[in-house]
Amino acid sequence: MKKLINILTRLSRVALILMGATFLVSILVRQLPGDVALLINPVASAAERDAIRHELGLDRNYFSAYLMWLSQILRGDFGIFIFGGKVFPVIKSAIPATLQLIFYTQILALVIAIPLGVLSAFKQGTRFDKLTSTSLFSLASFPNFGIGLILAVVVGANLGIVPPSGYIRITEDLSQHFKLMLLPVLTLAVGPIATYTRLLRAEVIATLREDYVLLAKSKGISDKRILFRHVLRPSSTTLMTSAALSMGNLIGGALIIEIIFVIPGLGTQLAKAIGTREFFAIQSYVAIIAVFFLIFNSVVDSLINAVDPRTRNRRA
Amino acid sequence: MTDLLKLEDFRVSFSTPRGDLHAVRSVDLTILKGESVGIVGESGSGKTVLSRATMGLMPSTATQTGSAFFNGTDLSTLSRDDLRSHWGTGMAMIFQDPLTSLNPVRRIGSQLTEGLTVRLGMGREQARSRAVELLDRVRIPDPLVTMKKYPGELSGGMRQRIVIAIAIACTPELLFADEPTTALDVTVQAQVLELLTELRAERNMTMVLVTHDLGVVAGHTDRVVVMYAGQIVETAPTKDLFRNMKMPYTEALLKSIPRLDQPSGQRLQVISGRLPDPTKTEPGCAFAPRCTYATDKCRAEAPPLTTAPNGHQYRCFFPITGAN
Ligand SMILES: Nc1ncnc2c1ncn2[C@@H]1O[C@H](COP(=O)(O)OP(=O)(O)OP(=O)(O)O)[C@@H](O)[C@H]1O
Ligand code: SF4
Ligand SMILES: [Mg+2]
Repeated sequence: MKKLINILTRLSRVALILMGATFLVSILVRQLPGDVALLINPVASAAERDAIRHELGLDRNYFSAYLMWLSQILRGDFGIFIFGGKVFPVIKSAIPATLQLIFYTQILALVIAIPLGVLSAFKQGTRFDKLTSTSLFSLASFPNFGIGLILAVVVGANLGIVPPSGYIRITEDLSQHFKLMLLPVLTLAVGPIATYTRLLRAEVIATLREDYVLLAKSKGISDKRILFRHVLRPSSTTLMTSAALSMGNLIGGALIIEIIFVIPGLGTQLAKAIGTREFFAIQSYVAIIAVFFLIFNSVVDSLINAVDPRTRNRRA
Repeated sequence: MTDLLKLEDFRVSFSTPRGDLHAVRSVDLTILKGESVGIVGESGSGKTVLSRATMGLMPSTATQTGSAFFNGTDLSTLSRDDLRSHWGTGMAMIFQDPLTSLNPVRRIGSQLTEGLTVRLGMGREQARSRAVELLDRVRIPDPLVTMKKYPGELSGGMRQRIVIAIAIACTPELLFADEPTTALDVTVQAQVLELLTELRAERNMTMVLVTHDLGVVAGHTDRVVVMYAGQIVETAPTKDLFRNMKMPYTEALLKSIPRLDQPSGQRLQVISGRLPDPTKTEPGCAFAPRCTYATDKCRAEAPPLTTAPNGHQYRCFFPITGAN
């Protein structure tokens, strides 16, 4: 019973967040400059313009326009384009590229940041530690798209090691898929790598002072085993929370990187929809992005519970 | 009996922002195979640093000089890997606080079997059954169930028994128990001390029992080493020490034993004054500012360690005489 109530409150909270986010977006898109009707049909007559506005709900108040979109969603086609066609198929084809971009970035960031954070904590104050933190800090202070452009031009176009831009589905050509993803993923990963390394380093330094680490050491087991079996896990909750929180940044970054590297993902679609003032489509894209954000957060929550039993006890 | 551990001019200092902190100042100490030695002294007298530094478990801010011979090998000349090969199997350690000495995110079973598989090369099954035996030996009810638990699910007394099981798992010759009962309830304290004494006897293990409580030392050790300000100030067989105490400091410590007829934690008499600043080296006897017997000589000159014909050692110009 209690469990059921728990799930219900969780679900209703999720629904509330989604509605809040999309409602906010529905207000924001209407602040975009220019007459939408003219943008859609530059030679429209006054009557035609009114008709377009009516179709977009622009003659209604914010709330009732929002309800229009909501009813489209609930019908299952995720909104319709003004020029005709349903939004759902577009989302379906755009989502894999975006998710891959984000997923690979998180994996790469963790794979690099975990050993780097653990080692620089273990070698605290040494040249290795200082070099790591300075270089990560300076790399991370560049804006994302700047790194992206440099990589695309230098590594991609000039050196020709990997293709500078484009996208190929994973099922089509595995190696080409990863070659194309390399630069955008690298670009996106720089920020998270710096953040994760710094966080993990601080946590590991604190954990290394714990009695249980000294006890493990006094058993005569190797440093490597101590670091990765005894220290990493109790030090990783902050890292995981931060990985979940950085999802928002990462999604935002991915949307921009898609445009630079010409990846047909949600970001590209979103930019297109903003350009053509497809209000309902924009709201649907935002809703989908928010859904993935929330799913990821709850996955991380349960991961943290699995990794650290102390968080389980805390609830009791 | 032969020497198991021999410290010669053993010193440990830490570099701190306030200058070098001398935690252990020239300690000479021999511990025989099978012996049980108590190290007593107030908080801050250097007991923990002495025992950890002997094992080589010091942080990088510490500087150690002098030598520590373990079974004839000078540990200070060993590489890190060679030193590590003595940990767990040669020397092991139990810490004061069982709440912090176990890894909160790993199950008891994996913490207990780790030494067995990694150090002794046992297979999984063999290590598991040995772990069950060990838990049984330290009187953990339901070892199989306990193996699957996390430390947070167990009481302090249970956790300290598990820490003991971990420490003795690889049958060390020398066990340092650093205030193993200080954090426990009085009744549990007695049980844990009893357990340690039993284990020591049945395994012929040498034990160094570190405590600030002379009462703990009385029933569980053969010999007592009294430390003050990083030095050994008195050492004698336990019986002899209680019968024929030489140092004013030891006498003051004895008077500060917590008594069961007093509300818990309250002491009969606390030694007035404080330990000298460990970053400074003053002339004279380190205890002089607090000693009721101190004279001008004590303040001017440091007393040497004197050895009585029966082997009783003390560092005092005016030792207490006669039985009390
Ligand atoms: N890592 C360290 N860095 C700097 N100083 C230290 C460090 N560890 C211990 N000390 C200092 O060394 C001295 C001896 O400390 P130690 O912990 O050995 O005392 P103790 O006799 O074990 O006391 P207690 O009964 O409180 O455990 C103290 O002055 C302490 O502040
Ligand atoms: S030497 Fe003097 S000051 Fe030191 S303990 Fe003995 S009597 Fe006290
Ligand atoms: Mg101590």
